[in-house]
Amino acid sequence: MELLLVVLIGVLYAAGVYFILRRSMVRLLLGIMLLGNGTNILIFLLGNITKGKPPIIEADLKVFADIYADPIPQALILTAIVISFGLTSFAIVLLKRVYALIGSDDLDDLNTPEEEDI
Amino acid sequence: MIDNQIIATVLIHLFTALLQLAFWRKTVTQRVLSIAGTLTGFLFAANLFTKVYTGSILTMNASNWEAPFGIVFVADLLSSTMVLLTSIAALAVSIFSATGVGRARMLYGYFPIFHFLVMGLNGAFLTGDIFNLYVWFEVVIIASFVLLTLGGRKAQLEGAVKYMAMNILASTFFLTGVGLLYGITGSLNMADLALKIPQVENQSIVNLTAMFFLIGFGIKSAVFPLYFWLPSSYHTPPSAVAATFGGLLTKVGIYALFRVFTLVFTPDEFMKTLFIVMGILTILTGAFGAIIKNNVRRLFSYLIVCHIGFIIGGLGLYTKVALLGAVFYLIHDMIVKTNLFLIAGLIRQLRGTMNMSKLGGLYAHYPKISLLIAVVLFSLAGIPPLSGFWPKIYLIEAGFSANNYAFVLSVIIGSFITLYVIARLWSEVFWKNDPADEIITDSFEPLKPFKKMLLVLPIGILAATTLYIGLNAEMVIQVADRISTEMLDTTPYIQAVLGK
Repeated sequence: MELLLVVLIGVLYAAGVYFILRRSMVRLLLGIMLLGNGTNILIFLLGNITKGKPPIIEADLKVFADIYADPIPQALILTAIVISFGLTSFAIVLLKRVYALIGSDDLDDLNTPEEEDI
Repeated sequence: MIDNQIIATVLIHLFTALLQLAFWRKTVTQRVLSIAGTLTGFLFAANLFTKVYTGSILTMNASNWEAPFGIVFVADLLSSTMVLLTSIAALAVSIFSATGVGRARMLYGYFPIFHFLVMGLNGAFLTGDIFNLYVWFEVVIIASFVLLTLGGRKAQLEGAVKYMAMNILASTFFLTGVGLLYGITGSLNMADLALKIPQVENQSIVNLTAMFFLIGFGIKSAVFPLYFWLPSSYHTPPSAVAATFGGLLTKVGIYALFRVFTLVFTPDEFMKTLFIVMGILTILTGAFGAIIKNNVRRLFSYLIVCHIGFIIGGLGLYTKVALLGAVFYLIHDMIVKTNLFLIAGLIRQLRGTMNMSKLGGLYAHYPKISLLIAVVLFSLAGIPPLSGFWPKIYLIEAGFSANNYAFVLSVIIGSFITLYVIARLWSEVFWKNDPADEIITDSFEPLKPFKKMLLVLPIGILAATTLYIGLNAEMVIQVADRISTEMLDTTPYIQAVLGK
């Protein structure tokens, strides 16, 4: 399981970096999203995956007797997912608006000089 | 000491924003609420600063979960100073916005978003939990995205794409760092991390994690080679927004660098050298970039980059004197940079352009305003006894005592070029005769006296603060001295948070 996740993180990061280096705005956004997902899985992996051991203390005990699955990484990922959802939806609207204004998907076309500079 | 009042500044801005949302499209009410909110925020921030300065470090445990398990808010002297400076800058920007921001932007929620932004900044300065810091950063950047794009001019949106991409990328790096840190220590509380990091056996993975934080915060605070988004986006939004960004947003990155690299990680020789090299290159690239710019705001954007280098270099030297200089410079920089962009906005009101070759003769037309602006410009250039001069003495002294002549030289070159750029700005914009062939659109003269006052007063407030920092430098040095002591010896902070 861990090995699979490590490979997956590697693939997500590599694809993300590749997309970010492209000139297309849509690919830039996709790249950022892939990197974000790679990071989320990385946090999940680093929280030491423990299967079938929920963090619930038995009724007659005061502390954990056994190793347990750490809930914090999942809380962190959940927060990160919600935040990146908000950012991504804003970014999509922004890109759509920019595309409507300049009629191009190329990042190199984003250099309209200000009226004042001319 | 536990004091729940420390998050008052966060709550005030939250409730101001919510109240303003209730008065959607009522721009006059929103303006009054905004000024009232920032004024109250300033009073509470001043109160917090006095309490921390005369007393000890204050903490607050969210929902009474004890550190290191819950989220903890900590007001040490660095945090409370930053909160105080932020609230002064926010007060000035909010007064300026009342006339400096167009009605169309206000109708689409300029003021609520501005208050959400300031709330995020205050939260970022006060939190003692590294993941919570990430969340506050996100609050800040999502608010800044909206402020940057509000109005929807072509140049603005183009700048926003670059700004958005780099900032989300920075957050991803930061989040990766947080994830790694949790993986190796099992804690998110910064004071707890400070205790656990030295015990980690494999220190090379700690250094790797530190690099993620360096890149994440480096993008946000615009250090070389990660600053390119800043000059290509900061000149696009309205000046009030640019003032908030220039004065406060890059500085929250600097604050995070200070916090993480003095408390959580202790830089080793390699990191220190890296900081110094980055600082030197930031100073030089920023300064040389400023020389060739002809638009007032683009020029100021490069000066932001240039002066970030002084602070990063000071952090890299990592001696008491150097940190004192860096903190003092940060205090001076937050106020002056906010003011610079407000001045750019005022120049635009006066002449309808920010292109230096089309400007001229401001001194002949508006001598009083020009003199007010001169105070700010000269203190930026660091002419004694104004505020930019004192921290440079400390930085240069620290450079000499560390035998780091390259840094000393770059500080001198950076200051000299700043002086040159400011002198050129002064002669082009203020002293030069009016360019005869240009049609001047003065939108300042027809304004009512009250509205004129609203535009000039915030610049006056910030200029007075700058004068205070410069002329009462002894007091500021005492504050910076205590902050740098707390940075080098973090035991009081850890004790205050963990209670042991």
